[in-house]
Amino acid sequence: MTSTTGSATSAGNTSAGTATTGTLFTRIIGAAAIIITAWVVVSAFFITPADVQQGDSVRIMYAHVPAAWIAYLAFITTAVASGISLVRRHRTLGFDRVAGASAEVGVLFMGLALITGSLWGRLTWGTFWQWDPRLTTTLFLFVTYVGYLAVRSIDTNPQRRARRSAVLALLAVLEIPLVHFSVVLWRSLHQEASVLNPDGDVRLDDVMLFTLFSGVVAFTLIFVWLVMHRQRLAALQDAQLGAGLEAAIAMRRAETVA
Amino acid sequence: MDDLGFILASWLVTLGSILLLAVATLRRAKRLARQTPDDAKPWL
Repeated sequence: MTSTTGSATSAGNTSAGTATTGTLFTRIIGAAAIIITAWVVVSAFFITPADVQQGDSVRIMYAHVPAAWIAYLAFITTAVASGISLVRRHRTLGFDRVAGASAEVGVLFMGLALITGSLWGRLTWGTFWQWDPRLTTTLFLFVTYVGYLAVRSIDTNPQRRARRSAVLALLAVLEIPLVHFSVVLWRSLHQEASVLNPDGDVRLDDVMLFTLFSGVVAFTLIFVWLVMHRQRLAALQDAQLGAGLEAAIAMRRAETVA
Repeated sequence: MDDLGFILASWLVTLGSILLLAVATLRRAKRLARQTPDDAKPWL
């Protein structure tokens, strides 16, 4: 650890210093996320009524649905950032880091959507899991992005990593429409969309809908906060890697001269 | 409230996982940022 510190400072020059990836913007986002999340929890448990058909298990939906939507958002962000990174390859390693960070957060939210969905399924369907089209395609999407993260971790050369993972991200994002429309395309246990349905008819009580959208806002803010911090973390890791390589080369040259 | 255990578990897993990732990210970022010169931090 000490040697890394030394090499980073010597290669990168100037002061090693401000120990944060936070800014005023991320602090504001973070504070807003905490406040809105607290409101969603209070509303989900104490304000919204039980559903006529689902009973109290509907309270899980205020976490499950936003988690699934934010996972979609994260994977689409990964694809867009990857596309930009491919087109403007030489100048934009930042977009590759955003793609990676967004996929990491997307995997978390997709995993949460699967777990909360499974708990809801136990209450509503009487089983934690069914090889149903929606559940199966969602699991497939989750595994695909775990694979994407594995591909990112294989290569330590940032340029090569950016190119390979961008191609994969652009292919993986094509699964999202398949997941979303799986309940329409095939016979599924999973209910059709109550909000984002093709006929545009929102089938939810007002308080329930407001709580659901508050959840989406809260999770979106959490997503933005996490992606900003994690892409800066990736920048720090790349800087450390570069500094370590430069130090190793310098040491090798010194040995050759001696 | 019926099925409180399942509902609580869902929320605890959700909020707990997010909190864990946030804390782990901040701790790792803090450690790496301390070792990295400020000119490699464009957000500052």
